[in-house]
Amino acid sequence: MAIRSFFVPFLLFVLCFYSSLCPVLSLYEDQVGLMDWHQQYIGKVKQAVFSTQKTGRRRVIVSTEENVIASLDLRHGEIFWRHLLGSNDVIDGIDIGLGKYVITLSSGGSILRSWNLPDGQLVWESFLQGPKQSKSFLLVPTNLKTEKDNEIVVFSNGRLHAVSCIDGEVLWKKDFEAESFEVQQVIKPPGSDLIYVVGFAASSQFEMYQINARNGELLKHESATLSSGFLREVSLVSSETIVALDSTGSILLTISFQNGEISFQQTPISNLYEDSAGPAVIIPSSVPGIFAIKTNAITIFIRVIGEGKLEVVEKTNHETAVSDALPISEGEQAFALIQHAGGEMHLAVKLAHDWDSNLLKESIKMDQQRGLVHKVFINNYIRTDRSHGFRVLIVMEDHSLLLLQQGLIVWSREDGLASIIDVTTSELPLERDGVSVAKVEHNLFEWLEGHMLKLKGTLMLASPEDVAAIQSMRLKSSEKSKMTRDHNGFRKLLVVLTRAGKLFALHTGDGRIVWSHLLRSLHKSEACQSPIGLNLYQWQVPHHHAMDENPSVLVVSRCGPSSDAPGVLSFVDTYTGKELSSLSLAHAATQVIPLPYTDSTEQRLHLLIDSDKHAHLYPKTSEALNIFKREFSNIYWYSVEGHNGIIKGHALKCKCTGKVADEFCFDTRELWSVVFPSESEKIIATVTRKLNEVVHTQAKVIADQDVMYKYISKNVLFVATVAPKGSGEIGSVTPEESWLVAYLIDTVTGRILHRVTHHGAQGPVHAVFSENWVVYHYFNLRAHRYEMSVIEIYDQSRADNKDVWKLVLGKHNLTSPISLFSRPEVITKSQSYFFTHSVKAIAVTSTAKGITSKQLLIGTIGDQVLALDKRFLDPRRSVNPTQAEKEEGIIPLTDSLPIIPQSYVTHALRVEGLRGIVTVPAKLESTTLVFAHGVDLFFTQLAPSRTYDSLTEDFNYALLLITIVALVAAIFVTWRLSERKELQEKWR
Amino acid sequence: MAPIGRLFLLVLLSTALTISSGSGDGFSINGRVKIPQGLGTKGFALPGKTSNVKVILNGGQIVTYLRPDGYFSFQNIPAGTHLIEVAAIGYFFSPVRVDVSARNPGKVQAALTENRRGLSELVLEPLRDEQYYEIREPFSIMNVVKSPMGLMMGFMLVVVFLMPKLVENMDPEEMRRAQEEMRSQGVPSLASLLPGGGGRN
Repeated sequence: MAIRSFFVPFLLFVLCFYSSLCPVLSLYEDQVGLMDWHQQYIGKVKQAVFSTQKTGRRRVIVSTEENVIASLDLRHGEIFWRHLLGSNDVIDGIDIGLGKYVITLSSGGSILRSWNLPDGQLVWESFLQGPKQSKSFLLVPTNLKTEKDNEIVVFSNGRLHAVSCIDGEVLWKKDFEAESFEVQQVIKPPGSDLIYVVGFAASSQFEMYQINARNGELLKHESATLSSGFLREVSLVSSETIVALDSTGSILLTISFQNGEISFQQTPISNLYEDSAGPAVIIPSSVPGIFAIKTNAITIFIRVIGEGKLEVVEKTNHETAVSDALPISEGEQAFALIQHAGGEMHLAVKLAHDWDSNLLKESIKMDQQRGLVHKVFINNYIRTDRSHGFRVLIVMEDHSLLLLQQGLIVWSREDGLASIIDVTTSELPLERDGVSVAKVEHNLFEWLEGHMLKLKGTLMLASPEDVAAIQSMRLKSSEKSKMTRDHNGFRKLLVVLTRAGKLFALHTGDGRIVWSHLLRSLHKSEACQSPIGLNLYQWQVPHHHAMDENPSVLVVSRCGPSSDAPGVLSFVDTYTGKELSSLSLAHAATQVIPLPYTDSTEQRLHLLIDSDKHAHLYPKTSEALNIFKREFSNIYWYSVEGHNGIIKGHALKCKCTGKVADEFCFDTRELWSVVFPSESEKIIATVTRKLNEVVHTQAKVIADQDVMYKYISKNVLFVATVAPKGSGEIGSVTPEESWLVAYLIDTVTGRILHRVTHHGAQGPVHAVFSENWVVYHYFNLRAHRYEMSVIEIYDQSRADNKDVWKLVLGKHNLTSPISLFSRPEVITKSQSYFFTHSVKAIAVTSTAKGITSKQLLIGTIGDQVLALDKRFLDPRRSVNPTQAEKEEGIIPLTDSLPIIPQSYVTHALRVEGLRGIVTVPAKLESTTLVFAHGVDLFFTQLAPSRTYDSLTEDFNYALLLITIVALVAAIFVTWRLSERKELQEKWR
Repeated sequence: MAPIGRLFLLVLLSTALTISSGSGDGFSINGRVKIPQGLGTKGFALPGKTSNVKVILNGGQIVTYLRPDGYFSFQNIPAGTHLIEVAAIGYFFSPVRVDVSARNPGKVQAALTENRRGLSELVLEPLRDEQYYEIREPFSIMNVVKSPMGLMMGFMLVVVFLMPKLVENMDPEEMRRAQEEMRSQGVPSLASLLPGGGGRN
């Protein structure tokens, strides 16, 4: 607990002593978890394989859309081990081989890896190449055993491989080089030594290859032509029959290739189901004898009864998901079917050959905020009475993963949090008088006891049990996870938007989910086929007036991948997580500009720019319009067109002149444009200052009592361009043909304030802009190392004001109007340093008043976050700083930036798949809150200049109390002594 | 997968090993990460196992993991100068510059970028281990004495026990003069400052 002690001189005095005692910049190992929390996720599960080992812990192996392979505990859902593959190493398939290896196929079928099942150690890695691109398939048949080995069959890049399961050696390979052949299925019928490779050639030819699984010999090749053509999806209904749709999507084709003879059966869908109107699609599944098609939001299950005869077994308009078939006993296969009906979810496990009987039928009440079921995986176990029990793993629309067993949700994982798109924060409710929060501090004795324990801990006298007690006491000290606003501003809500279209509010104290909300506006609908969440903005932050209103956030999304798709706005209350309202816009939202104006209810004005360069004002109230009209001529913005290398500046012109009279719509005009020559420069990074950044002072006093004025403007944009050749990967370009140009551009006038070229440098560029400086990270090809540069801009127009006489005589220019249109007299200083690691993200700490010195937070390639003092990136560093400069705190120049392990804010943890770092100021000036997100989440508090305005968490009150008591006792003792002495004196 | 031990040691420069013009259009880089036993185990439990060590080419273009024996390989690498980084919790690895030459396949040059040391074979070892936590100083009486609290206590003891001694050793004449002076200036004694002590002189 930190106590504000600005005005308590005595405490301040003690504090001075204490701060010299305990370094706050880095952590002791027993302080882990005190201020920080770390959560591990995996992402949306693509495929799951159950480990059916009789002994050992039951696990499920999953691959996810975040490129994670993980082994999860089937009992609790915890992660045993997890590997994140490279971003372009997308996982195509996983399986378990020989019961002890996890086999993964990735990178479009060109990398096959085997991992040890218990601990996730890579066993072997095999690179498979082939003549052309194709779909890839991974089969691990159980019956292809030669001695102790097992064969893995992989079809990838137009080539069929058989790979040894033990060491990854390719046993044989067979090419399918026919130009237009597109493989659709690779089938290995159980109990035979044959592999079928089936697919389509041209648009109307069906091809079937029969291959000997032992040696790759081609046994038979048949083809047949069907004039009406095929749609690409097929469903496998038996090991020698597939079902496809013709090119119109209205006729079902049952293709059987028994014994190498191809035969077609055509069945119009209208014969099976009268009302079918639109074209149907096949839902890929592999349940023997049964397949499903979907037409007009109706799912139809169809059974194949010998000889290609089809029969409808069920029609349903509920949302449905089907699992793959699971062999449960000799000749019997079961599958799971989940249907949504209202708020309930019906799970049925059926035998493949017997639709009407259910092995299991359960209804589960499902949280509405999880949406629909996307995927189902089924696994069985033998109960004590020898009957079959089933457990079902389901993947929901919000990317969460749940295990169902016996009608209950055994565990659930919120894996949507692995793909965060945007983050914002919100304050918690104020502590009201009525709301009394349970007092955790019990009685004085316990309190003292706790502090005695802490004292023992600091003096290293504590036994292991004591240490454990201290740890648990600290974690329990539930001050930090209360649901009300605190004095220091440490407790906040982190509002995050995930790729699944779900909003989560996380408590900064312990990282728990306070509420979550699946946005209805991001739900797939007729009007909006593929909604994508884009950004979060703080819509309403009541603090001065309108205190009774709850704060709310604005979620901007759009209907489809192209930038001119219509936008959708939704407003969510951050206290309750309720969607207040949502708006489907008629126009796109290519750019959202939060304006620095709020209305009387503290709703922030936002300007949305559409694809036709019209500006739309929100909220649509007359009050907002009045405020906006007052500032009409002061609103400028810029747009970056990365593909053609143009940066443009815009301003408002007049009301929309279009056909519809809309007083909230405005025409815009282009003010300026900067065109980069496309043959020599390509924009790879742009960065500007954070809108809410606070700068304490413009003046910077330097060593010789001189003053420099920082050029502080919100309208400066940093742009980095590289030679088009150098925009690829490292190693693809030589130093001579690559360069990097950094610009500082004024976004109101379009004036280039500064331009610097780094020859022999290339991207990727990561940059951060704060106050009057920008720091950027790039690759230096000549030294073959990463470099970081800093540019600081100073305002020279005020430099003359230092002369006192001028001030006295009134010749200063302090009162002259400052306009961005006047030519700014600026000077820049810059310096470059080597930096060891690749960087994934850079951020800078931000504090409430901007007084505290800054630290850069660098997300390294090892998924750690390093805090680096801005003082290391000071362009005034020199090899031999003068005495005065040393006193000012200038560090002697070194060629590379230091990496101090203790300054990793993530200490011994990794934020796997790190994507972004967000810093939020706390109310306490010294402290900033840091949230790093990727596949994992990490949160901590940082005090870049130590906590000079508060006592640290482990401040020892007991020691203080003991000292005071001892002092008082000493005073009394000395008083007695002195009294006695005086008495003796008098007797003498 | 071809075994990795296929080395081509070039006598001249610091080069060698690790390349085979693989099938297809690229080369392959094979190497090994060696983490010495005993390093990094002091102080705190080693968080990173070898199964979590990542080897990263060109800042994330390709990511691979280590085999049990510490070997790794990258396939289909175009000729040029590449950068290999090793991410292992608890260790600091220097990035390695690797030149893959198209003109004479089979020749790879590798050098640590941190200290420009050439590598004769692509065996990557940590430059140092990383200690992420401050280590608590073990308890010692000197620390307590040196701490501000200790100093305060020490000063108090000095005042309580040594001051009277000093006063005793003073010349009685001088002492009296000093007391006189004090009285005349009205500087209160310690006793007179305290409640109840004032009125008695």
